[in-house]
Amino acid sequence: MNLVPTEFYLRILPEIVLSVFALLIMVIAGPARHGSRARVNGWLAFIGCLVALAAVMVQAAHPGDAFSSMFRVDDFTIFLHVVLIAATAVIVLLAMDYLPQQGLERGEFYALLLFATVGMGFMVGSVELIMIFIGLEISSIATYVLCGYRRHNSHSTEASLKYFLLGSFATAFFLYGIALLYGASGTTNLYQMASQGLHISPDGISHAGLVLAAAGLMFIGLGFKVSAAPFQMWTPDVYEGAPALVTGFMSAGPKAAAFAVALRVFYVALQDSSATWFWMIWAAAILSMCLGNLGALRQTNIKRMLAYSSIAQAGYVLVAFAALGAQGASAVLFYLAAYVAMNIGAFAVISHWAHREERYVELKDYAGLGFRFPWLGFCLSVFLFSLIGVPLTGGFFGKLYVFQAALHAHLIGLTVIALLNSALAAYYYLRVMVYLYMRPQEQPIECAPFTAPLWLAVASCLGVTFWLGIFPTQALDFAVKSAQQLLH
Amino acid sequence: MDFLNHTIVSWTIFLPLLGIVALLLVRGEKQERMTALIFTTATFLLSLHLPFHFNSAEGGFQFLQRIPWIPAFDIHYTVGADGLSLWLAVLTTFLSVLGVLVSWKSIKKNVKAFFILLLLLECGMLGVFFSLDLFLFYLFWEVTLVPMAFLIGIWGHERRLYAAIKFFLYTMAGSVLMLGCILWLYNLSGTFDYMTIRQQMASGLYHLSPGTEMWLFLGFFIAFAIKVPLFPFHTWLPDAHTEAPTAGSVLLAGVLLKMGPYGMLRFDLGLFPHAARAAAGWIVVLGLIGIIYGALVAFVQPNMKKLVAYSSVSHMGFIMVGVFTFSLIGTQGAIYQMLNHGVSTGGLFILVGMLYERRHTFDLSEYGGIAKVMPIYAGFFIWIVMSSVGLPLLNGFVGEFMIMLGTFTATVAHAHVYGMVAAVGVIVGAMYLLHWTRHTIWGELANATNKVLHDLDRREIFVLTTIALLTLFMGVASPYFLNKTSATTAQVVQPFQPNPAVQSAGLVVRQGAGQ
Repeated sequence: MNLVPTEFYLRILPEIVLSVFALLIMVIAGPARHGSRARVNGWLAFIGCLVALAAVMVQAAHPGDAFSSMFRVDDFTIFLHVVLIAATAVIVLLAMDYLPQQGLERGEFYALLLFATVGMGFMVGSVELIMIFIGLEISSIATYVLCGYRRHNSHSTEASLKYFLLGSFATAFFLYGIALLYGASGTTNLYQMASQGLHISPDGISHAGLVLAAAGLMFIGLGFKVSAAPFQMWTPDVYEGAPALVTGFMSAGPKAAAFAVALRVFYVALQDSSATWFWMIWAAAILSMCLGNLGALRQTNIKRMLAYSSIAQAGYVLVAFAALGAQGASAVLFYLAAYVAMNIGAFAVISHWAHREERYVELKDYAGLGFRFPWLGFCLSVFLFSLIGVPLTGGFFGKLYVFQAALHAHLIGLTVIALLNSALAAYYYLRVMVYLYMRPQEQPIECAPFTAPLWLAVASCLGVTFWLGIFPTQALDFAVKSAQQLLH
Repeated sequence: MDFLNHTIVSWTIFLPLLGIVALLLVRGEKQERMTALIFTTATFLLSLHLPFHFNSAEGGFQFLQRIPWIPAFDIHYTVGADGLSLWLAVLTTFLSVLGVLVSWKSIKKNVKAFFILLLLLECGMLGVFFSLDLFLFYLFWEVTLVPMAFLIGIWGHERRLYAAIKFFLYTMAGSVLMLGCILWLYNLSGTFDYMTIRQQMASGLYHLSPGTEMWLFLGFFIAFAIKVPLFPFHTWLPDAHTEAPTAGSVLLAGVLLKMGPYGMLRFDLGLFPHAARAAAGWIVVLGLIGIIYGALVAFVQPNMKKLVAYSSVSHMGFIMVGVFTFSLIGTQGAIYQMLNHGVSTGGLFILVGMLYERRHTFDLSEYGGIAKVMPIYAGFFIWIVMSSVGLPLLNGFVGEFMIMLGTFTATVAHAHVYGMVAAVGVIVGAMYLLHWTRHTIWGELANATNKVLHDLDRREIFVLTTIALLTLFMGVASPYFLNKTSATTAQVVQPFQPNPAVQSAGLVVRQGAGQ
C-alpha cells in the first residue's frame, strides 16, 4: 500500500485550512452565541481566510496533480483560489458589521461561508468531473442555507427554497451531462478527454451527438449558477430575498467558480468541438446582456436591480468566453476578478445601508445619501462607475479586455451588441447616483455607525477596483499565464 | 527650462488634480473658492508656457512625454501638443478660471463638491487635447463626461435630472462605439500609440478595405458628431445647456463641444483620409443644415439660454463646413472659429447667467430695456453679441471669413453652393442675435421688477472685460494665433490636396488673409 505523498495534502492545503476553521467555528459557535463573544466567530473566520491565503502560497509552491489526478494545482487554480478566498475574507468582514445590525449574529453563518468556499476551491481546482460535481454541491448547499438565513423573513425563506429547488434541478442537468460525457469518452478526467479526443472514442464510433448533448446539458447546469440567460429566471427573486450580504457573496464567489468550471470543461475537455458549442455561448451572451440590462432599467429595488445587472455582467463574461483561445480565457479571468471586487463592494455599501430587517433597499431610500455620508456615497459611486465601465476602474479595463478579445476573434456583431449594451446599462447605474446626489432626501435615515471591519472591507474592494483599473499589469500577466496553463 | 519643456504638459493636466487634493484639505466656503481660483489661475499661467515656447515652424508634436504604463497592451502615457491642441488647451485653462469666477456667488450649496468636479473636468478636458495614446485619450474623454453630468444634475435648474441623464447617455452611446474602433485599431496594429498608428495607416500597412475604413471612420465620427453636436445629433445640447449652471454651460459650450471637431481633425482626418473624403459631402450638408436650422430655432426661442444653445448648433455647423471642405484656409478658419466660439459663446452664457442671478428666469419676455438700469452690462452685452455676430475687428469675423473663403476656394464638388448657404447662415445668425439684443437691452423698461436691478459688480466687470479684450485681440491679432497652427494644419489637410501646387497656393491665400 502506497502512502499518500505529503505534497498531495499541500496541494489542497487551502481547502484543509478552511475546513478546519469552519469546524472550529462550529464547535465554539455554541458557547460563543451572544453579544461580544459572538464576535470571536467572525474574527476566527477572517483569520481562517488569511491563513488559507497563506496556504495558497504553499499550494503555489507545489504545482502538479494530486489524488489520482483529480486535483490539479496550476496558475489557473491559484488565480481563482486567490480571488475566491479574498472575496470570502471580505464577506466575512462585512458579516461582522451586517449580522449584529440585523440581529442575526451566529457562528453558523461564518462556518457556512467557509464551507461554501471549500466547495468553490474544489470546483476550480479539480480536473475530474465527479470531484467538480462534489465541489459544486458543497458550495451550493451552503449557499442555499445562507440564502434563507433571515429565516423569520418570508422573502428570505422563499429565496432559499426557490434557489434550492431550481438549483438542484440545474445540478441534475449538469450531472446528466457528466454521465453522457463519461459515456462518450470512458473517463471523467478532463485532460484525458482532451488528449484522447472526444469525437473518436476507443471503440471507433463517432460520439459527436453525444458530446454536443453533454455540452448542452452541462451548460444548462453552469448557466444556472452564473445566472446566464435563458437560465436567469431565479436571479431577481433570490437576490432580492436573500440577505443583502449573501446576495453579494452569491453574485461573486459561486459565479466565478462556475465560470472557472465552464472554462475547464469547455476550453479543455470539449475544445475539439468548440465549433458546435460556440453558438450556444454566443446566443447566451447576447440574451444575458440584453435581458439583464433591459430588466434592470425598470427596477426600483436596488438588490433587484443589481440582480439584473449581474445577469448582464455574466453576459459580458460570456462574450469573452465566446472569443475562445488563451485570450478569451484570460479575459474571462480578469473580468471575473474585477467583477468580484466591484460587485462585493457595491453590496457592502448596500447591506450596511439596509438597516435592521433590510428596511432601506429601495432606490428612494438612497436620496441625499451622497452628501450626508460623503465617503459612503463616494465608494458606492466608484463601484457603480466600475460596473458601468468608466476608465480608471477595474470594470473598465475588464470590459476593454473582453471587447478586445472578442474583436480579436472577429466577433464583430457580438462586440457591437456588447458595446451598445454597456452604454444602455449606464442608465440604471447612473440612476442610483441620481438618487445619491441629485435628489433631496425624503425622510432622514440615520446611518448605523461605521465599524472597522466594514471600512477594511470597503477599502479593500475600492483598492482592488482602482488597482485593476490603473495598474492592471500584474493581474493581467497572472491571468494570461493562468489561461495559457489551462490550455496546455 | 529643458525639464519644464518635457513635463509642462503633464503639469498642466494634473495641476487641477492637485487642486482637488488641496480642496479636500481646506475648510470654509470662502477658502474653497479661493483654492479653486488659485489652482485654475495657476494652471492657466502654466499653460501659457506652451504658446511661448512653441516652435511654429514645426507641424508635429512638441513637449512630448512618453512613459510606459501597461506593457501587456502596449499602453503608454503619451502626451504632447501640436498646433491643433495648443490653443484649445489654453482656451480650456482660461475658461476654467472664468468658470470659477462666475460661480463665486451663484453656487451656494455643496461648494466644495462643485469646485472638485470643476477641477476634475478641467483635468479631463486638458487630457483629451494632449493625449497621444488612444487608450489615454478615451480615458480622459470619459473623465470629462462624469463631472459634467454631475455639474448639471446637482447644480442645474428645474429639469436638471433629465438633462444630466440625457447628456450622459448620448455621449456614452457615442463613446462606446469609439472604444470599439479603438480596439479594432489596436488589434490591427498591436499598439494604442497615435503616432505609430497614423504612420502605419498612412503607409497602407493594414490593407483596409474601403468599407472597413468607412466603418472605423464612422465609429469615431459619431462619437465626435454627438459632441459637436452635428445635426441631427444635437438634441441633447439645448437641454444640457439650459439646465446647467453658468460655469457648466461655459465649459460645455466653450470646451466640451470643441472636443468634437478636435477629435475629427485628429482622428477622422488624421487616420482615415479616404473615408473622410468619401463622407465629406454628407457631413458638410449636415453642417449647413445645422447652421440654418440652429439659427432659425434660436430666432424663435423664448428662453435665452436655449437661444444661445441653438446659436452654438449654428456656429458649430460653420466649423464642420470648414473642417470637411479640406482647404487649408478653411481648416485654419475652423480651428480659429473653435477658439472664437469658445470665447464668445462662453461670454454669452456668462451674460445670461448674470441676468439669471438677478431675476431667476431665462424667459425673454421678462426682460426689455435693461440698458436703462444696467448700462455697463448692456455695453458688454452688445460687444460680445457683436463678436458672435462676426463684426469686423472682433474675433468672430476672422473665423467665419476664413471658413467661407476656404469653402469657396475648396476643391470639393459643389463648393460654391456650400459657401453661399454658409453666407446665408451668417445673415440669419445676425438676425437672431440682434433680435435678442433688441428685446433684452433696448425697448421699454416695461417690467417693474427689472427697475431695481443693480448693475455689475467688480468681479463681474473683470470677467467680462477679459472676454471683451480677448475678442478684440483675437480680432485684430489673428496671425499671432494662426501662425502657430498653420504648420500642423498643413499636415492635416495635406492628404486631401489633389496636387502640391494647390496646397502651396492655399498657403499664399492664408498669408494674404492673415496680414
